[in-house]
Amino acid sequence: MSADVDQGRRRLLVTATALTGAVGAGFALTPFVASWEPSARAKALGAPIEIDISKLEPGAMLKVEWRGKPVWVLRRTPEMLKEVDQAKPFLLDPESLGSVQPAYAKNETRALKPEYFVVLGVCTHLGCSPMEKFQPGDVTVSADWPGGFYCPCHGSKFDLAGRVWKSVPAPSNLTVPPYSFVSDRRIVVGTDATHAA
Amino acid sequence: MGNESYGTTASGGLWGWINARFPLDKMLKQHVTEYYAPKNINTWYLFGSLSLVVLAMQLVTGIYLTMSYKPAAAEAFASVEYIMRDVEWGWLIRYLHSTGASAFFIVVYLHMFRGLLYGSYRAPRELIWIFGMLIYLALMAEGFFGYLLPWGNMSYWGAQVIVSLFGTIPVIGDALSEWIKGDYFISDITLNRFFALHVVAIPLIMVFLVVAHILALHEVGSGNPDGTEIKKHKDANGIPLDGMKFHPYCTVEDILALAVFLLVFCGVVFFAPALGGLFLEPPNFEIANPMQTPPHIAPVWYYTPFYAMLRAVPSFFGTQVWGVLVMFGAILILFFLPWLDRSPVKSIRYKGWIAKLALALFAVSFVVLAYCGMKPPSGIFPLLARIFTTVYFAFFLLMPWWSRMGSFKPVPDRVGRNAH
Repeated sequence: MSADVDQGRRRLLVTATALTGAVGAGFALTPFVASWEPSARAKALGAPIEIDISKLEPGAMLKVEWRGKPVWVLRRTPEMLKEVDQAKPFLLDPESLGSVQPAYAKNETRALKPEYFVVLGVCTHLGCSPMEKFQPGDVTVSADWPGGFYCPCHGSKFDLAGRVWKSVPAPSNLTVPPYSFVSDRRIVVGTDATHAA
Repeated sequence: MGNESYGTTASGGLWGWINARFPLDKMLKQHVTEYYAPKNINTWYLFGSLSLVVLAMQLVTGIYLTMSYKPAAAEAFASVEYIMRDVEWGWLIRYLHSTGASAFFIVVYLHMFRGLLYGSYRAPRELIWIFGMLIYLALMAEGFFGYLLPWGNMSYWGAQVIVSLFGTIPVIGDALSEWIKGDYFISDITLNRFFALHVVAIPLIMVFLVVAHILALHEVGSGNPDGTEIKKHKDANGIPLDGMKFHPYCTVEDILALAVFLLVFCGVVFFAPALGGLFLEPPNFEIANPMQTPPHIAPVWYYTPFYAMLRAVPSFFGTQVWGVLVMFGAILILFFLPWLDRSPVKSIRYKGWIAKLALALFAVSFVVLAYCGMKPPSGIFPLLARIFTTVYFAFFLLMPWWSRMGSFKPVPDRVGRNAH
């Protein structure tokens, strides 16, 4: 009986069956892989939020939670904006070329309106939340500190426009989320659909 | 008919009845009563059985913890406090589990160092080493997933840092880290998922790997501090002349070792369960706060050597992925150890000063890196981390050369009374 078995045909059938089975198993994996994607509820909860900035005083910063991340709205004083102007020589990416921000925030002050700085308070190194160290010469950072943000985890430094310093672990500037002004006193974070350029 | 040949209670009793249907007697003989271990194994050979005991303890205490723990962001932290304060003996079960995690790594690190000392990973034991490394990887994953569960602030930010590691991978990074989290941030969804992985998936994988590790060991036989093979000299019955029965000889040793281990272990559980912030970190006594990073993030001590390497590498070309590659590379390179070591002898006893110096430098670099990883990245620590990361990798990458250099002592053929 075994003498007249067509071995070539048997090998072909076994290989073809195994391959078809493997493809089927691959497809069967789809629900288990896709099940780890953010659920419909998670997506809904991650929708844009509106922030009231009418009570924000000059030099003060508002922290709001969006998608579990701190969104900062800093109302910069003229002195703070002057520091932003002077920080350039310390910075890794002063023009924000290698950083993440909407096109309308890819400028010197990284903002739609220079006075209001909207940014994600998440270090671009490994996701810690930097601390506000606005006081120039803050000794907890360094004596020649011009004022900005300092990440306590791994020592990354950022200026008052969220731009990263040279020779720190963070590779790029803080991320500016999409946002727009609904009115003079309200902004929406998470979408720039209503933004009229 | 046929009943007689299948061991009725009349012929072999219950024992015979079982063994006609399941290889219980055969397995006991093969793995316990008639497994022969070398006569000359020493204290370093006790950590394998200790890690097995710790694994069993983690499984039992873990099952008990799941009975009172709630894997939800809104309830997790409070449910751990409930276990500590209200559940009968809950504090003990939790401290056994949390101290057990650190103890697991201590015995596993010592077990692995034994391998380095006596060349336990050399042929024909490469697969034992690889199964062991896979257990170590699973253990690291298990510790990581478990650390999020108390939902303390260090849990939260530790997970944040580690998941962000995957976000540094170019192109797919962001999507990948979102996929791991199941959300745009570490949330209730992430916690629930990590719980499933910590209590079901990884333990299953670990138990399977431990079985494979031991089966591979019992197939080729245990190594010994001389780096010889006891199977080379057998008596007329095929029993190794330099072997002793695992039971009762090794089991008695292992029980004594367990007693000593438990003395120290219980001392920590009862008198210093946090061990000065080393086993349980102070920021974790506060509930997770996505808006507030603890002033200094450090992983638990058993990850700190690799964490120090991660921080030691600066970002290049606008990405931080290099540090991540170095960190994972430091673990991955261990898998290749059996093929990197080209020494003519297995055991450190018969190697020259070069091998002894190399191993000493490696041990020092591991400890220094562990310390650097606990400290803030300022002052002398970044420099130390860079130097010893280099030493760590040099140990492995230059091993094909240094392991062949120098003089070697002749390895004895038999285990002798006065061999050392």
